[in-house]
Amino acid sequence: MSTNDSPIHDSVGRASSWVPSDREVERIAQRKVIARKRIAVATLSSVLVLGALIIAIVTSPGFRVVQETFFDVSYGRAVLHIVARGLVTNIMLTIIASIVIGIFAMTLALLRTSRSAALTPFRILATAYVDIFRGVPLLLVILLIGFGVPALRIHGLTSSVLVLGTVAVVMTYSAYVAEVLRSGILSVHPSQRAAARSLGLSQSQTLRFVVLPQAIKRVIPPLLNDLVALLKDTGLVSILGVIDAVRAAQIDASRTFNYTPYVVASLLFLCITIPLTRYTDRTLLRSIARQNAQGAA
Amino acid sequence: MNVLEVRNVRKCFGTDVVLEDLSLTVPEHTATVLIGASGSGKSTLLRCINLLDDIDDGSIVLDGQEITDPAIDVDVIRRRLGMVFQSFNLFPHMSVLDNITLSPIWVHGVSKDEAQSQAMELLKRFDLGDKAQQFPDRLSGGQQQRVAIIRSIAVRPRLLLLDEVTSALDPVLVNEVLSIVRDLKQDGMTMVLATHEMGFATQVADEVCFLESGRIVERGPASQVISNPQLPQTQEFLKRVHEAGRL
Repeated sequence: MSTNDSPIHDSVGRASSWVPSDREVERIAQRKVIARKRIAVATLSSVLVLGALIIAIVTSPGFRVVQETFFDVSYGRAVLHIVARGLVTNIMLTIIASIVIGIFAMTLALLRTSRSAALTPFRILATAYVDIFRGVPLLLVILLIGFGVPALRIHGLTSSVLVLGTVAVVMTYSAYVAEVLRSGILSVHPSQRAAARSLGLSQSQTLRFVVLPQAIKRVIPPLLNDLVALLKDTGLVSILGVIDAVRAAQIDASRTFNYTPYVVASLLFLCITIPLTRYTDRTLLRSIARQNAQGAA
Repeated sequence: MNVLEVRNVRKCFGTDVVLEDLSLTVPEHTATVLIGASGSGKSTLLRCINLLDDIDDGSIVLDGQEITDPAIDVDVIRRRLGMVFQSFNLFPHMSVLDNITLSPIWVHGVSKDEAQSQAMELLKRFDLGDKAQQFPDRLSGGQQQRVAIIRSIAVRPRLLLLDEVTSALDPVLVNEVLSIVRDLKQDGMTMVLATHEMGFATQVADEVCFLESGRIVERGPASQVISNPQLPQTQEFLKRVHEAGRL
């Protein structure tokens, strides 16, 4: 601060005549020296470790071959727009799927946490559904639905691989997301329900006004995690022949026997997933800070 | 006229008998104070009256209607009861004003404007007018508990249940909460309250009940039960409270 001539103000705005003591000035200087040392050590160790790693890779016997077949820059530039067009399919699929998943998963979570007698059969079905779809690999679900449903030859039912692939992804992810939502609902303390019920709110009003707003706020970080995983897993529908980023890369790579398109596709996925995971981390840290603050109050 | 009659109530948790053959009558505009050690059944009795817990025998009657009838709509009964908890239980995701107006608007069908103006009136009366838009985590414990009390009376309950409303508070904050309760008593609110504050109990109680192991073992006006207890258990309990500096 360069306002040395104006009086210092404390947090509530009172003027204060505080001047740091000699000991404090000394301490600040000491802390600066310590901080500088830490930076020097961190820089040195990073240079050593990363440098050794790079040298080990570059001097390895197969490096030239790998560089040509995986990191061919001019070939990568040439296929970039094809793979990027494929990625649009992944993004569209992610957007549409996440909306449907949100609705379906919330229904499952509400059914599983409800105590209503009339809903008992639905509760059992929801539990069975979640158990099954959480337990079967996504790839198998995609194969079963993608090849199984058209084989039924039901008239009027779509045989579009894009739609069937999306359905498979939605079915599996709804089970995951339902569990996340359910854990959020169960994490709201029973005393909150008691307070709401004692005010005369019905079960469903308690859920709507008191439980769900708190539950959803708490599960936003894990839900963002699932969103990242969903975007990556949409690549699996390529197995049905959907031309997404993975499939587009595969077509080119199998034509030229050069795997640079795979690297291009990976980099494109990273362009979206890294910002998203950074954002997820930030929201997670914020929500932890908020919960700790509440615990301390 | 009796607002509340508790008749021979029994309550068990598993094999633990928490309330046994407990009877209580609360006439209109009176305050009944429950005292007794932790675990003597005070909170359980209040939770049973509010139908948060089911009783195992006996009956509870509100304004002449048995509310422990299994066929009764508990939501409708709870509209006539207010309850304040030891741990405040404000809704952390809502402002003070929204906490107070939630039930009037959605349960009692009061218009939003009217509910808000009534809530503001109550907040101002209890010196919380400037806190209406704040969230609970920005308030002190005493302020939170005062908001919780206002929230429970905003729906004009027939009977107010207060469960050790000052037990979670700093000693310096206790009085601002107790003064609200005194004001409500003066307004003629009928109430049943569990407390460890004997001085306060003496001021507001029309009847004091000393509970031990789920039974009311001594009852009467405060001048008798608190100032001049007859039973050795009551004397022992009050002595211990006194030693803890609460008398």
